Amino acid sequence: MLGRVAPGVCGQAVAVVNHQQNRNMATLKAISIRLKSVKNIQKITQSMKMVSAAKYTRAERELKAARPYGEGAVQFYERAEVAAPEDDKKELYIAMTSDRGLCGAVHTGVSKVIRNRLSEPGAENIKVICVGDKSRGILQRLYGKHIISVANEIGRLPPTFQDAAKLAAAVLTSGYEFASGKIIYNKFKSVVSYAQSDLPLYSQKAVESAPKLAIYDSLDADVIQSYMEFSLASMLFYAMKEGACSEQSSRMTAMDNASKNAGEMIDKLTLTFNRTRQAVITRELIEIISGAAALD
Amino acid sequence: MFQRRYLATMLRTVICQKKLVLGSCGVPKDRICNYIFWTKRNTLSKMAFRGVLRMGVRKLQVRNFADAAPKGDEMALTFAAGNKVFYDKQVVRQIDVPSFSGAFGILPKHVPTLAVLRPGVVTVVENDGKQSKIFVSSGTVTVNDDSSVQVLAEEAHPLENIDRSAAQEALSKAQSELSSASNEKAKAEAAIAVEVAEEIVKAASG
Repeated sequence: MLGRVAPGVCGQAVAVVNHQQNRNMATLKAISIRLKSVKNIQKITQSMKMVSAAKYTRAERELKAARPYGEGAVQFYERAEVAAPEDDKKELYIAMTSDRGLCGAVHTGVSKVIRNRLSEPGAENIKVICVGDKSRGILQRLYGKHIISVANEIGRLPPTFQDAAKLAAAVLTSGYEFASGKIIYNKFKSVVSYAQSDLPLYSQKAVESAPKLAIYDSLDADVIQSYMEFSLASMLFYAMKEGACSEQSSRMTAMDNASKNAGEMIDKLTLTFNRTRQAVITRELIEIISGAAALD
Repeated sequence: MFQRRYLATMLRTVICQKKLVLGSCGVPKDRICNYIFWTKRNTLSKMAFRGVLRMGVRKLQVRNFADAAPKGDEMALTFAAGNKVFYDKQVVRQIDVPSFSGAFGILPKHVPTLAVLRPGVVTVVENDGKQSKIFVSSGTVTVNDDSSVQVLAEEAHPLENIDRSAAQEALSKAQSELSSASNEKAKAEAAIAVEVAEEIVKAASG
C-alpha cells in the first residue's frame, strides 16, 4: 500500500512544483501587462474627467441663463390651467438623452421613466421620440414600435436654440397628432445630484379648451399656433440645457470614481507584483544554495 | 404657406426643407417611423436672421440686475433670450413690445394676453425711470393674470451693442440673397432675413 501511494505522492509534488514555477514566471509577466493596462485606463479616465469638468462649467453657466427661459415658457400652461383632454388619449413622450455614454445613470434614468409608463396599461396610445442614441438603444428592443423618430448627433457640442428649433420642427411634422405629452429630461440640482423631471406638451385643441384661456385677450388661432410652436422650441431648448448639464456633471463623478477604482487596482497589483518577484528571487536563491549544498 | 410671419414661417420653412430632404432620399413623407438625422450646425436650414443679428453685434456687455420680489399690482418681468437673461422676475414700470398684431405697451394690470414678437426693439422702463432698449429677433410675449410678464426671445441684444455699418452690410447681403433666391423656400428665408436686417438698420439709426 505504501509502495503504491508513494509514487503517486511523489508525482503530485513534482507536478505542483513545475506548475508553480510556470505560474510564477507567467504571472510576473501577466501582472506587469495588467498593471500597465490599468495605468493606461486610469490616465484615460482622468483626462475624461478633466474634459467633462471643463464642459460642465460651461454647461452650468449656460443653464443659469436658460432657467428663467424655461420657467417662463411653462408659466403660461400653468397659469391658463391647460389640461390634457379626457377623450383623446394620444400621448407623446420625448426622451432627452444624448449620444454619449460613460456618464452614470443619466440616460437609463430617463429611459426608465418612459419604460415604466409604457409597461402600464394604455401604452398603445403612446409614441416616443428619442433624442440621442442612448435612449433609442435602451428602448428600441422592447418598445421599438412606439418610437416614431430618433434624433442623434446630440451631446458632442453644447445645445443651441437652433437644435431645439429643428427638433421642434421634427416634432410638429412627425405626422403624429398628439393630444398631450411630456418631455422627460434630467433636471440638474447640484454637481452630485440630478432627478428626472418633465415638461408638459399640449395640442392646440387642448390649449383652446383650457378653462382659463378666456381671460386672455385678443387671441386667434394663428397667434396660438405660432405661440405654441415657439414655446415648444423654448421648452426643448431648456430641457436640452438641463440634460447636458446633468450629463456632464454625472460623467465627471463617474470618471472620478473610475480613476479612484483604477488607483486601488494599481495598488493591489503593484503589491502582488512585488511579492511575486520577491518569491521568484527567493526560490532561485534556494535552488542555487541547495545545488551548492548537494555538491559538498 | 409662405406668409411673412416670423415664427410660423421659420418653422414652416424648416418643415418644407425636411420634406424635401425626406423626399429626395426616397422616404415617403407620410411614413410615421421616419428617422431624422441631422448634423449640428449644418447649413440645411440656414436661419439667416440669427446670422444677421450676430453680424450686427460687435461687442457684448455684461449686466446685472438686482432681484426684487413682485407685490400687489406690480409687474414682474422675465425677459430672456437663448443667449442671455435680461430680467428675471424683476419689477418694472412699463414694457413696449413689437408684435405681429401691432406694437403695444404693457403696464401693470394689463389684460392677460399672448402675442408673437416681430423683429424690433423692446423698450423696458424700470422702476427708477431708466429705459433700456433691447433688439429682439423673434419670440413670444405672455401677460398672465397675476400681472407677470414673460418676454421670451430667440435672440436679443441691447441696442447700443448693434453696429450700424455691420447691420447695413447684412441688409445688402440679405437683399442680394432675396433677388437670387431660386425657389419659394429660399425666397421665404431671404425675405425673413431682409425683414430682420431692415429692422436692425432702422433700430440702429433711430
